[in-house]
Amino acid sequence: MTGLLDTPPRVITVGAGLFDEALRAQAVPTVPVEWRPPLPGTGEALATVLADPRRRAANELAVGRLLSARPQLVGVRRAAEVLPVRTFLHAGPPITWERASGPMRGALIGAMLLEGLAADADEAADRLAEGAVELRPCHEHAAVGPMAGVVSPSMWLLEVHDAEHGGTAYCSLNEGLGKVLRYGAYGPEVLERLRWMDRVLGPALAAALGRTGPIDLRALMAQALQMGDELHNRNRAATSLLLRALAPAVVEAAPGEAAAVLRFIDGNDHFFLNAGMAAAKVSTDAARDVPGSTLVVAMARNGTDFGVQVSGLGGRWFTGPAGVPDGLYLGSYGPGDANPDIGDSTITETAGLGGFAMAAAPAIVRFVGGEVADAVKATRSMYEIALAEHPAYQIPGLGFRGTPVGIDVTLVARTGLPPVVNTGIAGRVAGTGQVGAGLVRPPVEAFTSALTALADASPQRP
Amino acid sequence: MSGATVLVRPGSYHDSVTLMRVSRAVSALPGVEVAMVAMATALNVSIIEELGFAVPEAGPGDLLVAVRADDPRAAVEEAERHLSAAHRPQAAPEEQRPLTTRSAATAAEDAGLVLVSTPGEHAFAEAYDAIEAGRHVMIFSDGVPVAQERRLKELAEARGVLVMGPDCGTAVIAGAGLGFANVLSPGPVGVVAASGTGAQQVTCLLDRAGAGVSHVLGVGGRDLSAEVGGLSTVRALRMLDDDPGTELIVLVSKPPAPEVARAVRELPLRTPVVPALLREGGTDLTEAAEQALRLLGRPVPEWPAWPAWRGARPAAKRVTGLYSGGTLAAEAALITGSRDIVDFGDDAYTRGRAHPMIDPALRVEALATAGESDVVLMDVVLGHAADPDPAASLAHAVARSPATVVVALIGTEGDPQDLHRQAAAFREAGAAVFTSNAQAARHARSLL
Repeated sequence: MTGLLDTPPRVITVGAGLFDEALRAQAVPTVPVEWRPPLPGTGEALATVLADPRRRAANELAVGRLLSARPQLVGVRRAAEVLPVRTFLHAGPPITWERASGPMRGALIGAMLLEGLAADADEAADRLAEGAVELRPCHEHAAVGPMAGVVSPSMWLLEVHDAEHGGTAYCSLNEGLGKVLRYGAYGPEVLERLRWMDRVLGPALAAALGRTGPIDLRALMAQALQMGDELHNRNRAATSLLLRALAPAVVEAAPGEAAAVLRFIDGNDHFFLNAGMAAAKVSTDAARDVPGSTLVVAMARNGTDFGVQVSGLGGRWFTGPAGVPDGLYLGSYGPGDANPDIGDSTITETAGLGGFAMAAAPAIVRFVGGEVADAVKATRSMYEIALAEHPAYQIPGLGFRGTPVGIDVTLVARTGLPPVVNTGIAGRVAGTGQVGAGLVRPPVEAFTSALTALADASPQRP
Repeated sequence: MSGATVLVRPGSYHDSVTLMRVSRAVSALPGVEVAMVAMATALNVSIIEELGFAVPEAGPGDLLVAVRADDPRAAVEEAERHLSAAHRPQAAPEEQRPLTTRSAATAAEDAGLVLVSTPGEHAFAEAYDAIEAGRHVMIFSDGVPVAQERRLKELAEARGVLVMGPDCGTAVIAGAGLGFANVLSPGPVGVVAASGTGAQQVTCLLDRAGAGVSHVLGVGGRDLSAEVGGLSTVRALRMLDDDPGTELIVLVSKPPAPEVARAVRELPLRTPVVPALLREGGTDLTEAAEQALRLLGRPVPEWPAWPAWRGARPAAKRVTGLYSGGTLAAEAALITGSRDIVDFGDDAYTRGRAHPMIDPALRVEALATAGESDVVLMDVVLGHAADPDPAASLAHAVARSPATVVVALIGTEGDPQDLHRQAAAFREAGAAVFTSNAQAARHARSLL
């Protein structure tokens, strides 16, 4: 920038308010920064990471890939085709049976029963405790799963392809609300529904998608945001759009089951969530493994730990204790019934949706505790910790401004603002199911420990 | 009924200057014995404990309000009223204020300059944002590691912007005074300064002589060291050389590293440069201002001075200096030869408290402990952001001090504190007052 000396400058002031006042007393226009000290103990790591000469270009590359991903729904597959043998997937960072929370245990028990690996819940729990099945995070197998996120061989997975960078990501089929496996319920009605999904829904969707060809999820999600979804806690518009795209093909491909299949999708406002999660996963995966990048590429919870992964740090997890969401409860449930935060659905926030796009979804602001102004404020505050604005995912109420996308761990440490996360709330006791929905605050230590690791990995210290 | 209370306000941040003003305002209330409002840094916690308070568990991001008063609740309410007023200077209610320089720069494309005055350990991130966004930056903060300074200035070279500082106390850009800045009439002299108060002394004298100043560009006290290599000095000299309003440049600095001095000397500049390099037997700041005037073909006036109405005490044995400006202190040490010149603006004194140009407490204390045989030499620096009425506290302390006091009053006719009123107040308190620090120092020496 030249011409500093030509006219009195407009000055950004950061620090002592005295100097801002002194400038305004001279009629010099200022832009005061509401500065506060970074999160405790991060000062030195911040200086190191900010001075890393790779950082700027690395972040541009990484976030550029996240923004340019073109997720397309290309098919559904039975998990048996994707999973290693004797392995179940689960949400969040790695977890053992011993440390698993109620809903995670409930979902794993349900999967054992579904797969015929145990006769009853007690036997299933014993076998899981013995390590009869290996437990691996979805994220390590190009997959994501909402809530407990448990995937076993006879479940079907949505397959999403990134037409720009060539990646693939998977997510299970959404079972609906209430007593469902992902919330840790494993009663007969849960297993019966899963068997119907295996026998009828999966094959019908596979045949239908064979007829439609790839469905452009980037375009569909962009439309849904303009129709009042934020694509985490509200998926009604996106589900409707997907249903429109699929309906004729379902009728043609599976005429005998079409009514049941379409009624099932129509009856579940969150049917699209899983497709959106796979789209977010394939997009954030495109941004992985850029050395020096401080971009968060995954946030996920297993009901015990909240974990993040960062582009410049490969597959390492940085964790902190999962918090209990703050929100509204179903029926007579209350905060005492809530399990700590669980699920891979925070991949939506990682990709600039969900809590980051709250301003797009005024219809659900009360559900997650607040007024429309709070939703706008939540989205606006996320621009402070995001590296970019999404070119396709826009918010009409903010003048079609792109959603804040690409969480930067250095900005989380500097502003002390953790990402805003919308979430469902699972019951604490295995088998209960969903008890509510709300907002949750991720633990900052997940981000600060990632920052420390980035500093340790930096080639030079300033 | 008197009572003591310490409240913790978690996560409520205010800068130290604001908090000092609030502390002072609450302490001045009737019935308040002591009030301290401060962030719960280790230092502040220990100070509050020394005042006899029991401090609850709190971290550096938390605010402490400690009050001992007849009505502690009323005092706390008063503190909170001040704090909320301090935090709401302007901005439309709907607009969220930016939390980092990065987001401020995104929101304000036309803001060409960033002024960073965070604690030094956190200045790097904000300055880095400024440079990455292609903005010039002034870093008032001190205590920034030299390696960080070097890194910032290298990046600024690549981006074609100027880094003023760290530890840059003053700058004047096209009439806008940044940091501690005097009100200067516009004129032909540009100043490049590795020293804030050095630049203030030179420009105040030039202003007095009617010469006026185009711009004052600070570069930070270490810029001309071998480690930093004069990157900002070279850029600032080039900018002033290209500025049509600048006819002459004064370069104020400590003696530079030899290789840096050579590089600066060999710069092909059209504009003449008057160096004011403080060293034994070198040009003092007043002489540099006089040289500049002569080069401009202007007369050198008598620098205003007001003798003390009471003479030196016959027992005067030594000169001690109580300075707020580092370069003024160094100049005083060179001229008087005294080893008792203290710079209260040094990092060692400002960590965790406000600068002595705003907070007179340490110097008031030092004046009270000075003895009959001391000649106390002190600076009083006026201008934007400085103490709005330094005489109010310091002149009172001068009057009570048994020592002989000589004041170097650095300011201009335009400064908000009213130069003449300040001079009169210090004279009435018994001090001799000079507008040239060098003359003040020589006078102090002559009293021995």
